[in-house]
Amino acid sequence: MKTIAEIGLLAEQYDIAIVGAGPAGLSAAARAAELGLSVLLADENPAPGGQIYRAITTTPVTDRSVLGEDYWKGGALIARLERTDAVYAPGCTVWSVAPDEAGGFELGLSLGGQARLVAARQIILATGAQERPFPIPGWTLPGVMTAGAAQIVLKSSGLVPGGRTVIAGCGPLLYLLAGQLAAAGANIVAVLDTTPRRNWLAAIAAFPDFLRSPYLAKGLKLMTQARGKLPFRTGVTSLAAEGTDTVTGVKVTRGGATETIACDALLLHQGVIPGINLSNAAGCAQAFDAVQRCWTPTVDDWFASSIPGIAIAGDGAGIGGAESAALRGEIAALDAARRLGRLSEAERDEKAAPTRAGLARSLRGRRFLDLLYRPAEAFLAPPADETIVCRCEEVTAGQIRDTASRLGVTGPNQMKAFLRCGMGPCQGRLCGPTVVELIAQVHGVSPAETGYYRLRPPVKPITLGELAALPPTEFAVKAVVR
Amino acid sequence: MFRPIAEAKASDGTRVAPVGFTFDGRAMTARAGDTVAAALLANGVQACRQTPVSGAPRGPYCMMGVCFECLVVIDGIGNRQGCLVPLRDGMRIQTQAGRRQPDEVQS
Amino acid sequence: MSGGSRSTDVIVIGGGIHGCSTALHCALRGLAVILIEKDHAGRHASGVNAGGVRQLARHVAEIPLSNTSMALWHRIGSLVDDDCGFTSDGQVLVAEDEEDLGNCRARVDDLTLRGFHHEELIDSAELRRLVPAVSDACPGGVVSRRDGAAIPLRATQAFKRKAAERGADIREGVRVTRVSRDGANWRVETDDGPFFAPRIVNAAGAWADRIAADLGEPVPLEVIAPMLMITAAMPAFIKPVVILRKRKLSFKQFPNGTVLIGGGYLGRAIRDENRTVLDWGKLATNAKTVWDLFPIMRGAPIARAWAGIEARMPDDLPVFGRSARHEGVYHQFGFSAHGFQLGPGAGAVMAEIIATGSSNVPIDGLEISRFTNH
Repeated sequence: MKTIAEIGLLAEQYDIAIVGAGPAGLSAAARAAELGLSVLLADENPAPGGQIYRAITTTPVTDRSVLGEDYWKGGALIARLERTDAVYAPGCTVWSVAPDEAGGFELGLSLGGQARLVAARQIILATGAQERPFPIPGWTLPGVMTAGAAQIVLKSSGLVPGGRTVIAGCGPLLYLLAGQLAAAGANIVAVLDTTPRRNWLAAIAAFPDFLRSPYLAKGLKLMTQARGKLPFRTGVTSLAAEGTDTVTGVKVTRGGATETIACDALLLHQGVIPGINLSNAAGCAQAFDAVQRCWTPTVDDWFASSIPGIAIAGDGAGIGGAESAALRGEIAALDAARRLGRLSEAERDEKAAPTRAGLARSLRGRRFLDLLYRPAEAFLAPPADETIVCRCEEVTAGQIRDTASRLGVTGPNQMKAFLRCGMGPCQGRLCGPTVVELIAQVHGVSPAETGYYRLRPPVKPITLGELAALPPTEFAVKAVVR
Repeated sequence: MFRPIAEAKASDGTRVAPVGFTFDGRAMTARAGDTVAAALLANGVQACRQTPVSGAPRGPYCMMGVCFECLVVIDGIGNRQGCLVPLRDGMRIQTQAGRRQPDEVQS
Repeated sequence: MSGGSRSTDVIVIGGGIHGCSTALHCALRGLAVILIEKDHAGRHASGVNAGGVRQLARHVAEIPLSNTSMALWHRIGSLVDDDCGFTSDGQVLVAEDEEDLGNCRARVDDLTLRGFHHEELIDSAELRRLVPAVSDACPGGVVSRRDGAAIPLRATQAFKRKAAERGADIREGVRVTRVSRDGANWRVETDDGPFFAPRIVNAAGAWADRIAADLGEPVPLEVIAPMLMITAAMPAFIKPVVILRKRKLSFKQFPNGTVLIGGGYLGRAIRDENRTVLDWGKLATNAKTVWDLFPIMRGAPIARAWAGIEARMPDDLPVFGRSARHEGVYHQFGFSAHGFQLGPGAGAVMAEIIATGSSNVPIDGLEISRFTNH
């Protein structure tokens, strides 16, 4: 592996460019490089691992029991990549992926305050997942963070919240994080479980499959450990963060009764959804996944998107977890090698067969978890009008409902023109799913019918100065001559 | 407010020298290897910007480059995502103001 | 979608600002209208353009339509019950050097001779007063003081809503597949069945050449994708819209602080997929122009860039008016990336022509016959 710290040191063109150095990106890069392809692995974090294996090579948390054995498994992926010739660019933001006219792709990159265009013949987007927005009144107060954020700070900096900490929401990560933070010595005063009780009814049909899944033992262990030690409260139907300049408490409703729990940190989580900004902006088709209740890029069995030459591997193409992400990266890389003529179709299929078997195993039980931990309606489409939905432009749920009904706005792209939701720097990452739910609710349709934001590059802002100084590419020069 | 679970140590067990920086002029230290946003959290900084719309205070929310709540001015350059920038010795970090004045815009 | 009458007085094909405005003005004149739009109103050029409401630097053939339109923009709230985000702080053409200023002077003199007075030559002091942040090297320019900007999708949707309120039947998500003669009527075939009317308006924008071809009036329409960029909120530093003549630039700061940068650099349009691909090399040139002209912008974060799908004619003028071949067919397309300001007025003039047979607003030079008569 060759680590690149300066943008000028990148080549003009690579066989494959892979975006994201989490499990999917790491294994795709390793597999492609092992097949003799020139590989660029670009990642915006300072060290490899993505979020699940965040800071695995640099973490100050040396007591392995704190983060658990699943975390340390990620080391093998990095060790494998290190044995290859792949080029790894940390701290490198990919702000655009677009097809060029020659059948390849042009990537817009920023590294160290400088931008550049680099060409690639094949693209694998391994941009992973993000936490599903959890809009409640007061969630913009400093001191309110996502549960994943607390986990990242723990992994990468060895920090835990210093005061009274409340964790709220639903999903397996809630238990995992509660356990990790408790092991690291945090003062957890409440774990507020919002899982709707009737989800059990919907999930029960998928239970037999779950019984045979790798999640079962892991989940039971997490659950019993966390529940045994921590102040769990189930059946939470409403949450609001309180405070003026910073969070001072959380108002909780359960079983019809409301109380306020004083706290210094509130950590929110209700599952993860694919990070689709780059694939959407690149023009890849996407569809609404009714089970995972999120927009997901459309991919085939090889994780190829609707744009030939762009594959989407890992959780960015639908939530499957870390283990499946690595396997999906592997399969996408094999298909890219086939597209580049490095492997025949038969060779590709043969090499992919054992990985596919593993992938099927790793996804067993997923449906049960998806159904069980589907967030409650009230936390997908916040009922309180004053709840901020678009954090960047400070647009509320009430404004969105009103505009949808009064002006007959039927989709999120039209909504932007009236309220500017989704037009701030995060480009809808923290409001898109909620805006869609609210519009769908007003018009009594499925989110599938409202559509999603059409996202625009740069998917991360670049400065005007960076853009003005963009060096012309050899490719662009050739295009002019031709 | 965040606190370290243990004293920062290198892999050979020696104590690692902290990194010095300023936030809005106040001298602070953090662990080498922290991001700017983590370093601020470790120093009890909850709010690092004001929104351009209402001027409300905001602080780091996702720590993974998604939410843009941890925007700060670093060494005179505004709108940097603090959770993605590694802390360096001597960094001058400032609150990202909401409605900025022209003289604060830097090239 | 398939309810309602399929026969009407006028069918408007295309739900951009032109189609919606024509539908509204036809409805205001008591005509029954069906508007057919393949996506949603304002999905393409009308919804994603720079929003410039500009009389400045227009081709003389367009000025009468543009004047008519400007009067409507200044009372847009009473016309469509929405202010459309319209603000009027003028538009300024900045001369970058003395030669450029000389051309500006010649242009203003020419307009004066023709009886148009909306463009006004300004010296360096007035330029600095209007645009304090502009580079000191610029010696003056031209201002059109009643110009301004609006929010394109919001404006287009407002025209649509008002048209519907006045009785127009708006069919969004319906694609026209073929247009043909059917006795005294035109038969407009769609993926939702046929519609019939004695009069049809071709306002199909980047797809209008297909309708025109069906009617035996092929036109050399080019599908283009003009690119735009917008920055995060910046401190307020400029009120008028600024354009250049020598280099491509259109530059505008919104009240919320964001700055829109355009100028007509083209990306790639993939018309049949409703998609565009940006050309970052050209956007870099666009950014360089801003870097030179407005030093304050050098650290501004570019939040988004995009391109709309738009129709351009070889002479950069729209096709506007009656068909050269058929009774009851009207064309209103090919606005060549500067049609947004014309929308309100062009719709009023088109409705007048449809309802009364003529209009006092001259449209000479815009006829389709300039392409179909050889």
